[in-house]
Parts: sequence; C-alpha cells; structure tokens
Amino acid sequence: MNETSVQVQQEQETPRLIGSNLSYRINKTDILKNVSIRAMPGELIGLIGPNGAGKSTLLSLLAGLATCSAGSISFDGKLIDDFNTASRAQTIGWLEQIGEIHWPLTVHRLVSLGRYPHLTTWQKFSEADELAVQRALEQTDSAHLSDRDAMTLSGGERARVLMARVLAAEPSLLLADEPVSSLDLGHQLQTMDVLRKFASAKRACIVVLHDLSLAARYCDRLYMLNQGELKAEGNAATVLSNENIREVFGVEVIAGCDVIPWIVPHKLVSKVN
Amino acid sequence: MHSDNRLVLVLSILVTALAVTSLTVGTESIDYSRAIADQFTDPDATHAIILREIRLPRVLIAVIVGASLGLCGAALQGLLQNPLASPGLIGSASGAALGAVSVLYFSNAIWHTQLIPVAGMAGSLLATLLVYLLAGRSAGITTLILAGVAVNALATALLSLLLNLAPSPYAVQELVLWTLGDLTDRTLKDLWLLLPCTVLGWSMLIGIGQQLNTLTLGETTSTSLGVNVHRLRWRVFIAVALCVGAAVAVAGMIGFIGLVVPHLLRSLVKHEPARLLPVSALGGSAMLLAADLGVRLIPTNQTLKVGVLTALVGAPFFFYLIVRSRRQYEG
Repeated sequence: MNETSVQVQQEQETPRLIGSNLSYRINKTDILKNVSIRAMPGELIGLIGPNGAGKSTLLSLLAGLATCSAGSISFDGKLIDDFNTASRAQTIGWLEQIGEIHWPLTVHRLVSLGRYPHLTTWQKFSEADELAVQRALEQTDSAHLSDRDAMTLSGGERARVLMARVLAAEPSLLLADEPVSSLDLGHQLQTMDVLRKFASAKRACIVVLHDLSLAARYCDRLYMLNQGELKAEGNAATVLSNENIREVFGVEVIAGCDVIPWIVPHKLVSKVN
Repeated sequence: MHSDNRLVLVLSILVTALAVTSLTVGTESIDYSRAIADQFTDPDATHAIILREIRLPRVLIAVIVGASLGLCGAALQGLLQNPLASPGLIGSASGAALGAVSVLYFSNAIWHTQLIPVAGMAGSLLATLLVYLLAGRSAGITTLILAGVAVNALATALLSLLLNLAPSPYAVQELVLWTLGDLTDRTLKDLWLLLPCTVLGWSMLIGIGQQLNTLTLGETTSTSLGVNVHRLRWRVFIAVALCVGAAVAVAGMIGFIGLVVPHLLRSLVKHEPARLLPVSALGGSAMLLAADLGVRLIPTNQTLKVGVLTALVGAPFFFYLIVRSRRQYEG
C-alpha cells in the first residue's frame, strides 16, 4: 500500500517538460542565457518579464520552431529533436503572439486547420475531428462565430478563434504567447479558465502574460525573465515581490490579496541594472 | 471537397465544349464524322490528317498549357499567401522565354525544335534557382517575392538585349512573335515535348493542398503544425519551373492566366487554397481554349497572338477584381 502510493507520488513528480540551460544566440546577440524551465503534469506555468526579455524566443525554442545554441529540451523524457515532425505537432501546440490569417476562410474552417497534425494527406475529416473543433469553438466562446469570415473579426474575437485553433489539435503541451492581451475583461477570465482546465488534465501549459494579477491568480508557478536571463522562479509570492518587479520592470506596484491577489502599477522608478 | 463536385463538373463541361468547338474552327471546313471514321479506315485522307495532326494537337496543347498556368498560379498564390503571385512574378516565365529565345538567336536553325523546349525548361529552372539563392534559405515572403521580381527584371532585360542586337528585322520579328505566346501550327511533336515535364510538375503538386491550407495561418504556425515550409517551397517552385518551362517552350509567353484564373474562382471554393488547385487547372484550360478560339474568330489583318489576347482581356478584368475586393474590405 505504502509503496504503491510512493510510486504514484514519484510518477506524478516526473516533469512533462524539461528545458535545461537553454541559450539562444543570433547575430552575435544573446537573446537567452542559460535559462532552465520545467513543467509538471497538470501545471499552468506563467512566463513574465518586460518586452524583449526573451519570453517569445523561449516559447519557440520549447515548441521546436528554433534550435537552441546550447542546452536541451525534452518532453516526457524524449528529446525534442528526436520527435518526428508529425508527433511533435500532435504533442505541442503553439499559439503565436500576433496570429496571421491570410485568406478569408470561415472561422469553422480556420479552426479545423488545427487538426492538420492528426490527418494524413488524403484522410477525410472524421467525426472525432469535427467534435474536437466544436469543443474548441465552445471552450473559447466562439461557436457563434463559426460561419463568420475570419478576416472580418475584431482583435479579441480573432485571438479567441486562434486559441480555438490551437485547442482543436488537442496537444499535451500548450505554449501560448500573450493569449489574453487583446481580450476584454470577461474573455480574459474565460481564456485563463480554459488554460487552467487544459492543464489540469495532467497536461502542461506555459503562458506568457503581462497582467501580473492574472499570473498570480491562475498560474501554479511563475518564471520571470529579464534581459534573456532567469530572474526568479517559484510561486507568485516569491516571484512577484516588490523588489523583483521594481528591478525588472522599473515600476513601483501596489499589491494585495483580498479575495484574489492583485497587483497594480503605481509609478515608474529607475531600473536597477 | 464534396461541395466542389458541381463546380468541377461545370468547368469540365465548359472545357469539353470549348475543345470540341475549337476542333471545328479553321481555314478548312472539314466533315467531322468522316474525319473521325477515316482515322481507322483511311488515316491518310486529308480531313483525317487535318483533324489529327493540326487541330487536335492545338486543342490538346491549349488544354494542357492552360491547366498548367492556372494550377501554377493557384499553387504559388497559396504558397506565398499572396493573391498577386503568378508564374510571371517569380521569373520562371521570363526565364523560360530567355532560354528559348537564346536558342533562336544563337544556334543553328536545324537544332531549334529539339533545343528550344530544353532551353526553355533550363531557363525556367535557372531563374527559380537564382530566386532561391538570392533570397536565401530562411527568406521571408517579401524577400522571396522581391527576389522573383529582380530575377524577372534581369531576364526581361536580357530578352530586350537579344531583340536589340538581333541581326535582321526578320529575326526581330521571329523573336518578338515568339514572346507573345502562340498556339498556331503546333504538331503532335510539340505535344510530346510538352508532356513529360508537365506531367512531372503536376504530379509534384498532388497532395500539397492541406499544407497550403495551413499557410493561411502564416509560415511559423504552419511549421508548428508539422509542415516543412522550406521543403514545400522547393517543391512548388520546381514544379512551377517544370510546368511553366515546358509551357513557354511550346506556346510562348502567355500571361495573366496564372494570375486571373485563381482570382476568378477563389470565392467559389470559399477561398480555400487546396480546393482552388483543381478548379484553377480546369479554369486555366477553359480560358486558354477560349482565347485561342478568340484569336481565330476575331477578324484582324495580322493574326492575333493568343498571349496578346489573354493580356488584353486579363488586365481590365484584373482592374475589376481589384475594385471589387477594395469594396469588400474597405466597407
């Protein structure tokens, strides 16, 4: 009894995603320097830091879209380079910061493109594929947009539809780059709930956020990047200390926790470098 | 896909109707049923020969070249996510023309028939290669298009140079006429020259539809979905070079079909790049057949060249499409 429960405990402790000592250098500029990151099953990880800190670069390294200059990335114990293209695409969902839409497809068709990793060249769209698309549309509150021309959507609607696109692929790891930046208050909470729920099924999600209150409230752990280096990691209380925020963002904040944690920027101060 | 069956059927009927009509048009009026019957009983009868060796090759070449141009236009527009892309834009058409005209200019006339198609395809492939080398391995769409425009400009300049230095007015006329695009006096031999590269090019484009669809989301997202965008580019570019090289070598430069046909059909397939491929091939065939009928039916003193007609009809039509899409997106 005792032994099995220990074993279960240990299995749960195995991280799904491990990025070790990642560096990325391009045109003789260090974009990332020796950053390590991991995600346990069921974890929603927040990635925070000022503009140009290397957050998006870190996500694209983890997604296998760029190759790190040093370090290694593995998912479920398998190196990311050892995945074949199809299984990588099925496993890892990547949501671009500013998503592109080039042709006026309907929203339903656009979200269906997310199923591409699961289809072979001549395979027909199955009922399971269609269900995944419907589920994704409903989760992101965009089912009513199904027949709309995707190029005429508002910024927020577009962000939700593109979120639906990545959810439709049903990945095990979701890497989302600022998915709530263009959303109204209600849809911000709704999208964070979707990410929370996504991660809770033993999957993992890493999300780039600029809203520190949302990060503190929803994420299990946070990683704070500054100038390509890891400044802090851990729970919200540790990472989002007034000192860290002042040093990294150059901003004095007022923070508190009644009902939910909140962090409000108060004034600019000079950055400590 | 299912919803396109009707459109495919309508276009196929249109192509067939135009092809049959085209068989009946010519300086000599021939008795059809006899000409067809004679193919088996008396293949050397004049009417049988006219049908088999003059009219049929011309119609088949129009069908194949038109399909190639339409298909290549649709593939390039999907690949580059740009409605302005066409075989003309990335230099493959002018590269092929330059190759073919160089043969006319430099080599002995005896070798022309054999060398022109080969030189056309070589020119087209070289132009494509140059675009690629210029743009670099990880080029963005804009760089790629710019490289295409630059190579196109170079090929056109060299074409002009050859015209400029042509030894006699007669040679100039031959070169010019050839760059205008023409389907007259084509024989079965031209058809056999056209087919191998064209079929190879077409087969390279089979099965790329879903990959082109994912490019709607941009190249990086497409990559994250498992598409090797770099390999896809090569595949499409080489296929276009093969198809257009062969087409230009046999029929000269015929513009606007690759640009206009996908535009015309795009809204009928709900703007989906994959679904646009087969219908653009059929649409291209129909347009070139119609244009080739036009040059024979419109009375002019000099024979009108088919490339001139497609450009004359295509350009104003393009104006109309631009105005229409402007209204659509600017409200």
